[in-house]
Amino acid sequence: MPRHAASSAIAMLAAIVLTGPAAAETASQDVIFAEDGSVAAPLSDRPGDAAEGARIYSDKGSGNCVACHVISTRTDAEFQGTIGPALDGAGDRWTEAQLRGIVADAKRTFPDSMMPSLYKTSGYIRPGDGFSGKAGTEPLPTLLSAQQIEDVVAYLVTLKE
Amino acid sequence: SWPVAAQTVPERTDPIVINDGELQLETVAPAPAHLEGALPELYSGWLFRDPGTQAMQTDDFENPGMIFVDQGVDDWNTPDGEAGKSCASCHEGIESMAGVRAVMPKVNAEGQLWSMEDYINDCRTNRMQAEALDWNGNRMKNLTAAISVQSRGMPMNVAIDGPARPFWEQGKEMYYTRYGQLQLACANCHEDHYGDWIRADHLSQGHTNGFPVYRLKQAALVSQHNRFRGCIRDTRAETFPMGSDEFRALELYVASRGNGLPVEGVSVRH
Ligand code: HEC
Ligand code: HEC
Ligand code: HEC
Repeated sequence: MPRHAASSAIAMLAAIVLTGPAAAETASQDVIFAEDGSVAAPLSDRPGDAAEGARIYSDKGSGNCVACHVISTRTDAEFQGTIGPALDGAGDRWTEAQLRGIVADAKRTFPDSMMPSLYKTSGYIRPGDGFSGKAGTEPLPTLLSAQQIEDVVAYLVTLKE
Repeated sequence: SWPVAAQTVPERTDPIVINDGELQLETVAPAPAHLEGALPELYSGWLFRDPGTQAMQTDDFENPGMIFVDQGVDDWNTPDGEAGKSCASCHEGIESMAGVRAVMPKVNAEGQLWSMEDYINDCRTNRMQAEALDWNGNRMKNLTAAISVQSRGMPMNVAIDGPARPFWEQGKEMYYTRYGQLQLACANCHEDHYGDWIRADHLSQGHTNGFPVYRLKQAALVSQHNRFRGCIRDTRAETFPMGSDEFRALELYVASRGNGLPVEGVSVRH
């Protein structure tokens, strides 16, 4: 076996070992949105992890929801934005399916919303390659993975007043 | 330590009092008619900065941008190029540039929209037989800073009618276009949400009357096109190059939104 093939096989093995059995995920273009923007079916067959969702929520490099939203209990986040509504009680106001729809593509629930579509890959004007300022090629990688969306949704449903 | 509710109207709208009263710059102006109510009033970006940053702009000895103004004035007076001329050979003292910054960018005799950088490079290449300066290089930024200061206090007053109109329309279209994977337009941040916080950043109305600005974060002067580039890059979009026709048009439109605010350059921002 050529050397590079062997090492890439090892890399693949390592990836499988590290992430566990791959969860079945719904691709961006296959997500079914109801008329009100909600998404009933989970995007991944592995249940969302609320603790991981809380981390993604405030992580600058992934969800960065904290850039625009305040949650009063999140005193761990150094700065919280005021662009969107405070999310205290979001789990009372919205069903899990509605929250999934908002996180996957908020513009289906709130037309023209400033909130980015986190599980969308194409249809952009001058799409970039991340934050490089250079051109990107559609389909772009989604801003959050299917599993990350489920994790964030699992966190949001815990936000009760 | 963040405000619970955003303030759309800044708490205080004091003027910027420079050098103990030598010069006073208003920080509020009525919105120009062409904005059709999109902004109720114009606010200087200075009002949205923290008190420490604000204070630096009130004293020319504390303003780190002023060192670069001095360097720009030196360049103004230094001959360069085959013709053996300096800017001063033709324009005399740099005070002769008073008023220029307030009307830039503007349409030249050939009908092209030119930024101050274009006028400078035209003089350098065609009148001095010197090489063109980099749009974002230090010499160019120093010269634009030195020329801007000559207009400090004069109200921004770019022309938007006549030959400028098509460029202005193009810039306006860009201002409301939601670029990039985050699908954000200039207007999302600087028209709909000024006064709000986007994480640690307090959003202003995004005016250009303070440019070139001295940015503490970069410890350098920042040109208008560089700022535009940064804002568009932050939407995960492909930006436009500095010195592109697109950015000239955007520069004109953004400047027109600030018509009435005094030229502040060199301002200090974080
Ligand atoms: C750039 C700004 C921005 C970012 C980033 C953002 N949001 Fe939003 N979000 C908004 C705005 C604005 C609204 C209000 C809806 C509208 O547009 O009318 C909103 C609405 C919501 C709502 C419904 C609010 C309610 O309680 O009624 C939820 C839930 C939500 N966002 C969750 C999130 C999560 C989770 C993330 C990150 C994964 C996120 N948002 C990232 C701007 C943002
Ligand atoms: C040989 C003469 C000459 C030299 C040297 C020269 N300029 Fe000029 N400059 C002119 C003339 C003439 C104009 C008017 C051009 C026009 O209106 O089309 C002009 C226009 C300008 C303008 C636009 C002013 C306005 O109101 O539109 C700026 C800015 C400028 N020069 C800056 C500079 C700088 C900076 C330098 C040195 C790097 C310089 N010039 C060197 C002759 C000169
Ligand atoms: C995602 C939000 C966002 C978008 C979209 C955005 N900006 Fe900005 N912009 C900022 C932030 C944050 C700052 C720094 C704080 C401030 O002055 O608002 C800033 C600063 C500026 C400044 C400097 C203001 C000063 O007083 O120093 C200008 C000019 C500007 N933006 C223009 C633009 C233009 C033009 C566009 C569209 C091409 C744009 N911005 C899009 C967030 C944004």
